Amino acid sequence: MTEVLLEIDNLSVDYETGRGDLKALRNISFSLNKGEIVGIVGESGCGKSTLISSILRLTAPNTRFREGEVRFKGRNLLNISEQDMRSLRGSDISIVFQDPMQTHNPVLTIGRQMLDIQHRSSATKAEKLHRAAEMLSAVGIPDPQARLKQFPHEFSGGMRQRIAIAMALMSEPDLLIADEPTTALDATLEVQIIEHLRSLQQDMNCAVLFISHHLGVIAELCDRVVVMYAGAVVESGDVREIFGNPKHPYTRRLIDCDPGHIKERARVLPTIPGEVPDLANLPKGCIFRERCDQAMPRCTASVPPLQTIAEITGHRAACWLNHEEMAS
Amino acid sequence: MTNSRSELTQIVVGIVRDPLGLVGLLIVGSIVFCAIFAAWIAPYDPVAMNIQARLEGPSLAHPLGTDQLGRDTFSRVIMGSQVALKVALPAVFGAMFIGLALGMIAGYGPKWLDNLLMLLFDTLRSFPTVMFALAVVALVGPSLQTVVLVVMATSIPTYARVARTQTLSLRNSEFILAERAMGASVFRILGVHMLPNIIGVLAVLAAMDIPTVIALEAGLSFLGLGVKPPTPSWGALLKDGYALIRQTPWLVVGGGLPVILATLGFTFFGETMRDVVDPKLRKQR
Amino acid sequence: MLSFTIQRIGLAVLILFVAVTAMFLMIRAVPGDPVQIMLGPRATPELQALLTAELGLDQPIWKQLAIFYGNLLQGDLGIDVFSGRAVTDIVFQQLPHTLWLILASIVWSAGLGIVIGAYAAAHPNTIIDRIAAAISVSFVAVPAFVLALLSLLIFAVHLQWFPAIGAGDGFWGALDHLVLPAFAIGLSWVGYIARLVRASMLEVMGEHHIRTARAFGLSERRIVMVYALRLAILPVVTVIGVGMGFLLSAAVFAEIVFARPGLGKLVIDSITTRNYPVVMGAVLVSTGLFAASTAIADLLNAWLDPRARSAR
Repeated sequence: MTEVLLEIDNLSVDYETGRGDLKALRNISFSLNKGEIVGIVGESGCGKSTLISSILRLTAPNTRFREGEVRFKGRNLLNISEQDMRSLRGSDISIVFQDPMQTHNPVLTIGRQMLDIQHRSSATKAEKLHRAAEMLSAVGIPDPQARLKQFPHEFSGGMRQRIAIAMALMSEPDLLIADEPTTALDATLEVQIIEHLRSLQQDMNCAVLFISHHLGVIAELCDRVVVMYAGAVVESGDVREIFGNPKHPYTRRLIDCDPGHIKERARVLPTIPGEVPDLANLPKGCIFRERCDQAMPRCTASVPPLQTIAEITGHRAACWLNHEEMAS
Repeated sequence: MTNSRSELTQIVVGIVRDPLGLVGLLIVGSIVFCAIFAAWIAPYDPVAMNIQARLEGPSLAHPLGTDQLGRDTFSRVIMGSQVALKVALPAVFGAMFIGLALGMIAGYGPKWLDNLLMLLFDTLRSFPTVMFALAVVALVGPSLQTVVLVVMATSIPTYARVARTQTLSLRNSEFILAERAMGASVFRILGVHMLPNIIGVLAVLAAMDIPTVIALEAGLSFLGLGVKPPTPSWGALLKDGYALIRQTPWLVVGGGLPVILATLGFTFFGETMRDVVDPKLRKQR
Repeated sequence: MLSFTIQRIGLAVLILFVAVTAMFLMIRAVPGDPVQIMLGPRATPELQALLTAELGLDQPIWKQLAIFYGNLLQGDLGIDVFSGRAVTDIVFQQLPHTLWLILASIVWSAGLGIVIGAYAAAHPNTIIDRIAAAISVSFVAVPAFVLALLSLLIFAVHLQWFPAIGAGDGFWGALDHLVLPAFAIGLSWVGYIARLVRASMLEVMGEHHIRTARAFGLSERRIVMVYALRLAILPVVTVIGVGMGFLLSAAVFAEIVFARPGLGKLVIDSITTRNYPVVMGAVLVSTGLFAASTAIADLLNAWLDPRARSAR
């Protein structure tokens, strides 16, 4: 029986800005089971970062949680005390950030930083250092004892991202959030890092929320995928079904534009024309309407709800086209 | 021309809108006013002695009292603003323009000249300001001109360095490259295209430098190495006040207050101007 | 790190060389015969010729410069015109007084400035932050010698809390005499350093590694005090090094106002008696001190910042 670990329930988040409220997230719902890997895909600005910082509650001061809940093991993280939230960070929920070059404190040694994040453990300093070295070798860093004494700038970008993964998994968290962990790295490194991440994930059986715009990585690594566009979920479901049979025009365009998908030599690389709508001033109807080549009058009239397409696989999409299909 | 005028209006509006800037502008304005109309404002001749009224405290006749020779302190304070500005303005603007020229030469000229000038600037900066001033005064004797020259010499490197950095960064910018490609002369590039982009930053530096210069002039005169008596400078007032500090507090207060007010006023003014002209500069200082 | 150290020290030596040479040539270029000044107008021509030869003033200028540097390298800065004592001895006798004053000023002002700046950065745009900012600007502007005079007037002459003149005997006596001058010199630095630390802190707190530290549940106190402050303090080190020049200047005034022994008082006294060798010796030593302190600050910065250590 699968057990739900994280449940995002109808979450809406605004940023209060000088030119009005920016509706960064609108009615986001999805869940993550224990030990499962879920991918989140979308262009930059689709609300991925807001979603992550909302889960960890590390949001900017001008953030307002308008409605919805973020339930972790049944507790709503949005209304527990800061004290309780802090005790979850780095122990039950860990994160690997996007840019490995700026993730670590430049004036403290890696050993010192890996020691500091074990602040909740009652182990001795030697035990903690041993644990740190163990984790470094688990992510494939040779000679870990010596490297603990080095500073971040003495490591390459790929090495630093391995260290970040080692740090995040050191407490054997139940949930790991990976925020585009390989975007800043080149392709060969990407494969290695993904391999380490996967093997450690299997050893520890932790759930992973994997954010990326690289569809190839998502397809390879994830069980399920959530497609986000302009602060809303447009499609979600089993990874094979989404990539094999996308039910939202945006997902379809994303797949078309993925370099891994383009088999023939194209004169012009396909792109999605148009721009993401202004989140402070949302247009009426479907948010993708203005960039959609299949838009209908109905799309302007009202927002399409996220509708279940296949019950067994949990495939859901938010597009009026599917309603037409089902009606006919 | 209309463009630069509206820019100037914008700067002034920006300064006045900030309470700190408004206070600064008011203080700076009154000091300039005092300096220009000193002869009319001062109730007494600042060098006229009156043996009967020596070392008096404040009264209606003498708002800040009198000194050991019976001279009216208030009149000397008013006249002192003239001396302060006579030193500060030529020194600051002289340093600014020389620094601007040298900095642009260093930034645009050949590499060896750049290195040479930078070494020169670094050397000039390597003297502690007051020690340098003292050495020069010891050699050529105290006078208003000496003070101006010393101040210029010590602050030229600061302006030159900023002008050089700006020139270097502009030199490779697209619009300058385009001008060069079209065969514009060096003078046209430096004068027409670079100067307007550099002068704003330097003007801000100059405004922020004025309080330092006023303080230095007062300091040298306090040591008896600046403006010669009986010229009424604020530093000279402080010098007399220091000698008589156990007899009367009023000379120190009378000489100290205008120095504090002037430095505060020019600082508030300069800081606000910097924030209005270029908020990015805030980080660099 | 080693090559950076050598480079930095080399630069300091080069600048000092140019500065000292310039100063030497300046002295020679100024009209007025040092021999006449030293012997007075009534000396016989024979005596004048003798001293001229003794001082090497009859030699060509480049040879004089060589002799000057030869002496300088042996620690010989010339002879006091009046007492006949070595200038080196006189200067180094006064130097410790100035150094203690500067050190005391740095310690209290940097300490307080860092605390205020860090607090303001941790609570940006609160009332306390605004007040700290306004006071900082005001402190920065007010010249040290006016502050010295006013604090002398208020705390020494009127309230008589602290002594007005001298350097004091013994540890407590010396400390008692240091309070007012160090206060006057340091006050503008409190504001300056507070502003610097605040700006630098705010910048560091926005960096990604701080977000990482938060994501690992580190306490806010630890993040501010260790993870951010270690970085934010770096520019302060540089500023203190460069600030030695300003502090040396301010110390001149403080020494005069509080009649303390020290380099500044030595220079002023020597100027009034036209004792040029002493003036030049003292100015030279203070220039060397300034050059050394900026170099040390740069090296310290490189030592504190591992990135700078290997980048060079």
